[in-house]
Amino acid sequence: MKKTFSLLLPLLFLLSFSVPPTGGGYAVGDTAQDFSLKNVNGKMVSLSSLKKAKGYIVIFTCNHCPYAKAYEQRIIELDQKYASLGFPVVAINSNDKDVQPADNFDNMKKRAKEKNYPFLYLYDETQEVARAFGATRTPHVYLLDQNRVVRYIGAIDDNSEEPSMVKEKYLANAVDALIAGQEVSVKETKAIGCGIKWKKS
Amino acid sequence: MKKLLVFFFLSATTLTAQEITFLKADPLLQIIERETDTVYVLNFWATWCGPCVAELPAFEKLQKKYASQNVKILLISTDFRRNVETKLKSFVKRKNLQCPVMFMDEPNPNDWINRVSPDWSGAIPATLFVNHRKNQRVFVEKQLSFKDLEQLLLSIL
Repeated sequence: MKKTFSLLLPLLFLLSFSVPPTGGGYAVGDTAQDFSLKNVNGKMVSLSSLKKAKGYIVIFTCNHCPYAKAYEQRIIELDQKYASLGFPVVAINSNDKDVQPADNFDNMKKRAKEKNYPFLYLYDETQEVARAFGATRTPHVYLLDQNRVVRYIGAIDDNSEEPSMVKEKYLANAVDALIAGQEVSVKETKAIGCGIKWKKS
Repeated sequence: MKKLLVFFFLSATTLTAQEITFLKADPLLQIIERETDTVYVLNFWATWCGPCVAELPAFEKLQKKYASQNVKILLISTDFRRNVETKLKSFVKRKNLQCPVMFMDEPNPNDWINRVSPDWSGAIPATLFVNHRKNQRVFVEKQLSFKDLEQLLLSIL
């Protein structure tokens, strides 16, 4: 036993330094942990509770952010297209309600109702899910396969302001690849977004 | 005479609000990469971003304090293009911003975010400090106070 421990010790030492410098979060290829968050209808939802899903389009978004607003209709359309193919949108708002009252749970419910969101809109009140994923901005997409392995991280497409000017539908291309059983070609992209409003410590 | 003074006062504050430069990715990267004695502080912001707007006065103060030390601050807006005329211009005028304001005129940030800094996730506010002479760069993706800004600047001067 003692011997095993002394062998393990250097390994543990190495592991403690393998955390990415950016402060954690998932990279493409990592397996995301399941979570349980409250949906706008008041029910708790976990990824494993979505029995028919073949994958999950997890999008950190919110009510107030102009970039998120610019993508709202496109997120609705993504869910309309892909939920029936087994890839539902799971929208998560992680903004702190005191820092940004427009994103509190009541306002989430209101917005979901007004726009008749066809997708889950979950409230990450403790911000633990955003931290686990490594989400920093809205919108910020993580595409997971059926085993919750992260297959794509980044932007929805290449033009937040003008949907009609979009040339590369990064997220839709990645979902199409998963549905076709192919490798996602563009696995990571970046976009300008509103920084997630973290709780004031 | 009094009228004349009022005129000069008005022309200095309101009539001469700065022109906003439209900035493409290549010129932006030239600012970051070319060899120069000027120390650049590039702040990425938007008029609608609360934390960004809150830290603008600190950038203005920093510019005043360090202008003589060859420090140049650029405020690079990532507002939407359709809001440049309607919102950005009037905002710059209203706040009487003295640091040069530029509009990032590129539709796809995926083409240039990593070249500003691989550490930038894309969230704003974000600020890059560049000192070519010393080959020093610091990047921060969060709201900064004047104290934070000054410390970061001094760390590369």
